[in-house]
Amino acid sequence: MSAAPAASLLGTDTLIQASYFVTAVLFIVGLKRMSSPVTARSGILWAGAGMLVATLVTFAYPGMSNYPLIGAAIVLGAALAWWTGKRVAMTNMPQMIALYNGMGGGAAAAIAAVELYRGGTEGYGAATLAVVGGLIGAVSFSGSAIAFGKLQGLIKRSFRFRGQQALNILLLAAALLHAVLLAGHFNDSPHVVTGLFVFALILGVSMTLPIGGADMPVVISLYNALTGLAVGLDGFVMHNAAMIVAGTVVGAAGTLLTQLMAKAMNRSLGNVLFSGFGDTGAGPVGSVTGSLKPIEASDVGVMLAFAQKVIVVPGYGMAVAQAQHKIWELCQLLIDRGVTVRFAIHPVAGRMPGHMNVLLAEAGVPYDLIADLDEINAEFETADVALIIGANDVVNPVARTEKSSPIYGMPILNADRARNVIVIKRGQGAGFSGIENALFYLDNTRMLYGDAQKAGAELIQAVKAAG
Amino acid sequence: MTGIVALYIFMLAAFTGYEVIARVPVILHTPLMSGSNFVHGIVLVGAMVALGNAHTPLEKTIGFLGVLLAAGNAMGGYVVTERMLEMFKSSRAGRPRPGAH
Repeated sequence: MSAAPAASLLGTDTLIQASYFVTAVLFIVGLKRMSSPVTARSGILWAGAGMLVATLVTFAYPGMSNYPLIGAAIVLGAALAWWTGKRVAMTNMPQMIALYNGMGGGAAAAIAAVELYRGGTEGYGAATLAVVGGLIGAVSFSGSAIAFGKLQGLIKRSFRFRGQQALNILLLAAALLHAVLLAGHFNDSPHVVTGLFVFALILGVSMTLPIGGADMPVVISLYNALTGLAVGLDGFVMHNAAMIVAGTVVGAAGTLLTQLMAKAMNRSLGNVLFSGFGDTGAGPVGSVTGSLKPIEASDVGVMLAFAQKVIVVPGYGMAVAQAQHKIWELCQLLIDRGVTVRFAIHPVAGRMPGHMNVLLAEAGVPYDLIADLDEINAEFETADVALIIGANDVVNPVARTEKSSPIYGMPILNADRARNVIVIKRGQGAGFSGIENALFYLDNTRMLYGDAQKAGAELIQAVKAAG
Repeated sequence: MTGIVALYIFMLAAFTGYEVIARVPVILHTPLMSGSNFVHGIVLVGAMVALGNAHTPLEKTIGFLGVLLAAGNAMGGYVVTERMLEMFKSSRAGRPRPGAH
């Protein structure tokens, strides 16, 4: 940092450094609180206070100009993000996280670019950090943009061709070559800086395009960690302790979160990045025997009304039909009758781990009625009814038995062990992965065909009529 | 800040991030990812300083984009995280009516 000789500036500098310290503490406390459902709400408020302190105090940073530009950019960026963030539907949350994360990566790349174009990185250390931070930030920026486009449905297909990995390696090599030229001060010309960012941006696009929609949450989480790392590296370049601490904490936390998500989806990170299972789903159709046995809503209503224990297994199909409110209304009726109701959430229910919990919370389901796979699986044997709504692959017993199936080995919810299984399903088609579901053909399974919202309304009437 | 002190900060911050997240339940994965996404919005202060020290039109343009994107990261991350966490309620805290949202 430039050693400001004036005594008044020293006072300002101390204030700024102290404020950044407070911000770092608030961020860490906030993240800690966000990791438990009881304190999570206050966590984001703590972190938000930290961000406000850091932003305001930075206006007092010594030796700055361009204040109108800074103010305009903040107002414009914040207003756009506030407007979109308030409007987005809960089902579209994963792609919005990708979008905002990409913006952070772009900002980290922009900082590095300004410093490199300005020639503000003296010495090998600062130049190396700026170059690596810029490279990672740019990859995260363009990669997140592609992830957003795919989940939003703007990019419909996955682009795969022979030699794709070789192309990625070539792009990475080209970016690294420019990085070495800059970091070693062999060639500091603006053309080299431009080249570094062009190759990094293309690399982010070509890395992300072949990855299927189902794997995208893991990729978004990875880019989140990468943006954190880029911000931390930029912090070293700018001698900014708040950025170093916050960026590094997110880099480490994000890496762990990525691993946890990949594990929950029964995928390894390398598998996600370098193979294309994500949305192929052309697996062999298993040899399933038996028949589909339909049932009427009125019969299901009686079954539910006189049950001791009901376990609800919601899937993304329920969220698409916006049926979570109706289903919760049904469950409240059952609870009032003395029925024990639990919600069983598979780690990949919804579009990313934890997404279904958010969707249920939106409908008002208290989180202590919601159990994850490890907690609930032993309870299915004591349940009278397992009510499957819009879920398919996550309850397919084929994952336990058939080695040839693409979902073999994936942990599933043991819904087939409940005394009765009711499946609410729109039609007779196969699931997201295209695999036939053996659960639907079991002797204790009945199919209730129809839209989840309509079926929910019918079941409410049926339970009320059951007296 | 000398290099070795910076390295210590890096190491301790990395362990802190790891420990803070280590025992998080699956139900909070999405909000927590969103929350950590908000936290790296601190890139805003760096972008402000970078733009504040920019001189040529090129530097100013990139700096402006940087601040714009960073402000979007911070504000967007906050809004969506807050919206998600707002909905997490325990049944002991009083049961909300269905359909009320």
